[in-house]
Amino acid sequence: MAEGIVLLTIFVLSAFTGYEVIAKVSTILHTPLMSGANAIHGVILVGAILVAGRADSAIELIVGLVAVFLATLNMVGGFVVTDRMLEMFKPRKQVERP
Amino acid sequence: MTESVWIDAGYLLAAVCFILALKALSSPRSARWGNAVGAVGAVLAVVLVFLAERPSNLVAILIAILLGGLVGAVAARRVAMTAMPQLVALFNGVGGGAAALVALLELGEVGGSAIIPLVATAFTVLIGAISFSGSAITFAKLQELMTSRPIVPPGAQWLFGGAIIAALALSVLVVTTGNTLIGVVLALVALGLGVLLVLPVGGADVPIVISLLNAFTGLSVAASGYLLGNTLLLVAGTLVGAAGALLTKLMAQAMGRSVANIMFGALRGGSTLGASVESQRPVKSAPAEDIAVLLGYAQRVIVVPGYGLAVAQAQHTLRELADILNERGIEVTYAIHPVAGRMPGHMNVLLAEANVPYEQLVEMEQINPEFKSADVALVVGANDVVNPAARSPQGSPISGMPILDADHAKAVVFMKRSMRPGFAGIENELLYDPKTTLLFGDAKASLTKLVSAVKAL
Repeated sequence: MAEGIVLLTIFVLSAFTGYEVIAKVSTILHTPLMSGANAIHGVILVGAILVAGRADSAIELIVGLVAVFLATLNMVGGFVVTDRMLEMFKPRKQVERP
Repeated sequence: MTESVWIDAGYLLAAVCFILALKALSSPRSARWGNAVGAVGAVLAVVLVFLAERPSNLVAILIAILLGGLVGAVAARRVAMTAMPQLVALFNGVGGGAAALVALLELGEVGGSAIIPLVATAFTVLIGAISFSGSAITFAKLQELMTSRPIVPPGAQWLFGGAIIAALALSVLVVTTGNTLIGVVLALVALGLGVLLVLPVGGADVPIVISLLNAFTGLSVAASGYLLGNTLLLVAGTLVGAAGALLTKLMAQAMGRSVANIMFGALRGGSTLGASVESQRPVKSAPAEDIAVLLGYAQRVIVVPGYGLAVAQAQHTLRELADILNERGIEVTYAIHPVAGRMPGHMNVLLAEANVPYEQLVEMEQINPEFKSADVALVVGANDVVNPAARSPQGSPISGMPILDADHAKAVVFMKRSMRPGFAGIENELLYDPKTTLLFGDAKASLTKLVSAVKAL
């Protein structure tokens, strides 16, 4: 299989996985869902490190480092803020509503 | 071969972590654990890219990571729960910006060889930049750095149409030439497009925009994964894209409008901007002591909390009132509208912060039939979500939006700061209903008065 088709396959399967997983998310957790998903796309940091590491001119390096900075901000901030929110949804004595 | 297989297996593991993180959100019990798993996946991915690539400029990159992590963690720790939506918008925007920058840099590498990577590049630059500037405007609207009312610049349709055509033409040029400079121009046009996209959206619709832009950033990250041949970015970005798209759809349903109507309604001139002036029509108001009698001798009270409650930082006082009513044997539940607050599910977070058991939070579909048997509907800091104008088929900006049937309760108590219309800028007929009593004042002060008045009964 050509690489393009492999990637396309991964894309389509991920889209269905994402849809199915998220359809089951409890509505009371929609804000943490959004912020958690937000943290996950912070993984663009991987791409930012790749391009900053390959930069061979000063301008490329600066742009790359800005990308690294922004992506880390997205990722770290996203996970921390989601954790802070979820901490407040502690299970209580009563039984959980279905 | 062996090393790259290990790296790819590691990326797969990180992708599984992300899926588990989202899956764990199906219950509040597992959600926090899931978020930690997601964070582990992200750290794993970053370690792997260092191992696999051994990037040059290592020190500079590490410093940039340190700074970004520090700023992100401090901002996330300090933000008030009421300001959560704008922080999420901000984080989302910088993610989109990062994706656009990565694609611009990669444009030099891709060259004019293959067409599909170039399409992915143009897509990432376009969508990433739209997400960046759109999120910036969203942030400004929510932070009240600018008006939250829809802004339609003169000739907006032409400007917007022109920007779209320019963006598409530039995208085609990027794909055919692979020229980085054209890519930069495309990014600039896309930034303008993002601004034009969000300006006409009114304050009440901003939650939808956050969700939509989240999906945009996800897709641009997925496209950059395609471009870099990195499966993890592809999977993670697609997951987020799907999450954002689904959430946007759910939110639009909760407002009874299509996503297109929300985004472009003001552009088409279809949305009537509500009045911001106070009405002079007569209303019935009462002091806290009278309201306390009404509440203290009720059997069922349904609280309708809104964003105004959180602004007044009155969630804790509200819970105190609910506790006292509970002790008197009165059943208290909270009716949560899907768009209460400033982003999907925001009100749940705000009440959870005040230790309201999430079992008492009831969603719109379940609670609406219950209003008929409720003695008092206590509306605190909410307005548009109980506005009966939404039931009329047309003539109001919120027409067709499903609302909480607070007006079906035997009595309605409306706590308001003033007669100023709500976030959507629309007058609320419920205020003039004969069974409605208004309690004027700051939500926290009024609730404190109510607490002592009920205690004194």
